[in-house]
Amino acid sequence: MIDDRAIQRGRHKMTEPAPETLTGAQSLVRALEHAGVEVIFGIPGGAILPAYDPLFDSSIRHILVRHEQGAGHAAQGYAMVTGKVGVCMATSGPGATNLVTAIADAYLDSVPIVAVTGQVASTVIGSDAFQEADIRGITLPITKHSYLVTDAADIPRVIAEAFHIALSGRPGPVLVDIAKDALTANTHFVWPNELALPGYRPSSRPHNKQIREAARLIAEAKQPVLYVGGGIIKADASERLADLVELTQIPVVTTLMARGAFPDSHELHLGMPGMHGTVAAVGALQKSDLLITLGARFDDRVTGDLDSFAPDAKVIHADIDPAEISKNREADVPIVGDAKDVIIDLIKALQKQTADDGLTGEYAPWREFVLGLKSKFPVAYEAPAQGLAPQTVIERISKAAGPEAVYAAGVGQHQMWSTHFIDFERPRQWLNSGGAGTMGYSVPAAMGAKVGAPERVVWSIDGDGCFQMTNQELATCAIEGIPIKVAVINNSSLGMVRQWQTLFYDGRYSNTDLHTGPESIGARRIPDFVKLADAYGCVGLRCESIDDLDDVIAQAMSINDRPVVIDFVVERDAMVWPMVAAGTSNDDIKIARDLAPEWDEEVL
Amino acid sequence: MANHTLSVLVENTPGVLARVSSLFMRRGFNIESLAVGPTEIPEISRMTIVVNVDMLPLEQVTKQLNKLVNVLKVVELDSDSAVERELMLIKVRTDVATRGQVLETVQLFRAKVVDVAHESVTIEATGDSAKLAAMLNVLEPFGIREIAQSGRVAIGRGTRSITERAMRTNASGTSN
Repeated sequence: MIDDRAIQRGRHKMTEPAPETLTGAQSLVRALEHAGVEVIFGIPGGAILPAYDPLFDSSIRHILVRHEQGAGHAAQGYAMVTGKVGVCMATSGPGATNLVTAIADAYLDSVPIVAVTGQVASTVIGSDAFQEADIRGITLPITKHSYLVTDAADIPRVIAEAFHIALSGRPGPVLVDIAKDALTANTHFVWPNELALPGYRPSSRPHNKQIREAARLIAEAKQPVLYVGGGIIKADASERLADLVELTQIPVVTTLMARGAFPDSHELHLGMPGMHGTVAAVGALQKSDLLITLGARFDDRVTGDLDSFAPDAKVIHADIDPAEISKNREADVPIVGDAKDVIIDLIKALQKQTADDGLTGEYAPWREFVLGLKSKFPVAYEAPAQGLAPQTVIERISKAAGPEAVYAAGVGQHQMWSTHFIDFERPRQWLNSGGAGTMGYSVPAAMGAKVGAPERVVWSIDGDGCFQMTNQELATCAIEGIPIKVAVINNSSLGMVRQWQTLFYDGRYSNTDLHTGPESIGARRIPDFVKLADAYGCVGLRCESIDDLDDVIAQAMSINDRPVVIDFVVERDAMVWPMVAAGTSNDDIKIARDLAPEWDEEVL
Repeated sequence: MANHTLSVLVENTPGVLARVSSLFMRRGFNIESLAVGPTEIPEISRMTIVVNVDMLPLEQVTKQLNKLVNVLKVVELDSDSAVERELMLIKVRTDVATRGQVLETVQLFRAKVVDVAHESVTIEATGDSAKLAAMLNVLEPFGIREIAQSGRVAIGRGTRSITERAMRTNASGTSN
């Protein structure tokens, strides 16, 4: 018997082709192909060099960026637009550390990316070898998971696991650090059919009992608000959310990460809550008796002073990450689950509750109240007597490019104006650095977005400060044929910091003047963004007057063979309103300097 | 702020201790004591972590630990329904006159002498932290030259096994 089996096994073995011998680097590229990778953003260097040789022959497109941070943000932009995993690649040491900002950004905004880095040979790890950095150690607190591969045989399994972990559950960045000797060693390629991750169980169905409890609270509430976050977009749950709103007629607020998750044009959409939120959104949360929180995380920029945030509200908190629930604000009804599953189940439970018990919520007076706030306190600005209002520029770009375009913002005033003055109608229309607030995110993220969605118009709405941090990727865009459009909202200063200096530091503008503006305001136009664009092989345009605004935007819209950069020279003293000052209560929202809405008049 | 004992089953992979300690540092949780060792299953290690937190952050600690890919199970052990032990090696100054008294203390606390020299004895003692503190208190007047103390290890009373439960959960692939 034993002999028979041995013979059978021998025969079986003989019928299978002998596994092909290949290098770890070839195995890596094949694994990335198996994982469905279409594009990698990266820069080669010593330790990762072996991987770049088989990459040369691969079906995967590699886009050579000019700085690894650009590769990271491009991978994020690609991931946000496509819903797939974005991939960036860098060498050991400084190559890897240059990815750190983008990895941290992806961690805070739950963006699925896989960062592949070369590492020095396993034999010298720990010896302070040339270009050695413990990138796994450095990124430990800012990755969802990470690997150091020293055995070539592990490469396919690790890549398969990395992609699964990055995309499933609450998405996030995964680092795969591969020692150079693992890339050069001979190995066999075996793609795992199933993954053995006993400690990783991300998928979880929402609990029926909690769903029923949530449905009951919704029916009993008088002043409910749907407080929705980026999880709706990650879960592709926008259509289900629209169903829920149609069914319940409950007003909606969308956080910075959720802009586009619910159409701005919908009557019940109150806008964005938080530090620069609309009066209607902030006011609705403050006066609410029930927050139906879906894929949002009670970030301090939303809640302001936590103790006075939505003081009378019960909280239903649904999130795929159990650790978010009751982290900042205790939930009365915690629901762990994918946002789409939660909404589907919730709709069923609400319908059943109505059918069985005749229970339905009655929110007409509440709707009247919040819609009153919405019409009384629209997001508005006063156009300056002279000069160009930054808000007008963004408003007109949105009108020209429409909601089918993609908008990627940097961080600061222009980002907040973008949330207010772009018309958001669809998910994945809006990319920004919400949690980390990374200046320099916009241009490379727009680049990644355009690669992921080449058929769409992609606008980078950037500031003059942000733009100077990552504009080297214009070279990548020009050479690789990635015709993004960059609107530099140029107020010649670090505008948001300047705004805080105006409001809280007696107008002492310590180190916020960037001199990118014209001589007429005492600036030196360094650098000249039009010349800079030209130097990078892009079309450079300038707009200084409202009279030219629509023409310049139309000109930019007509150019599709090259990137376009427009220097919008805007009035520098424009401020972002409304505003809740840091650390204060949302009740103290100001709609303009020293001007607060009179809540007393707004009593229900 | 109160101490809580967590038993954490982890995959026995390189870097897992760094992940756990990095998490504690980043989230601002205080580790009072940490002990790591193998279990009856070779692929699984067990960490016993004593954390000093209020109840709400403790829930955060366990949730965040559960998020680590290499963490298989986190169980809080209640001191009423668990056996908790620490090991301490104590080098005490002795001479002809005091040695007898020191040995008597060793007897009283059911400890052991593991090394004797002309001017010292080394004592091995196990127990919960209260017992070890009491013993140290008694030995203090003789002169304590050196102490080496382990982290706390703990195990639930009764037949139930958290490793078995962890393996079952993982085998069935359900979430907890």
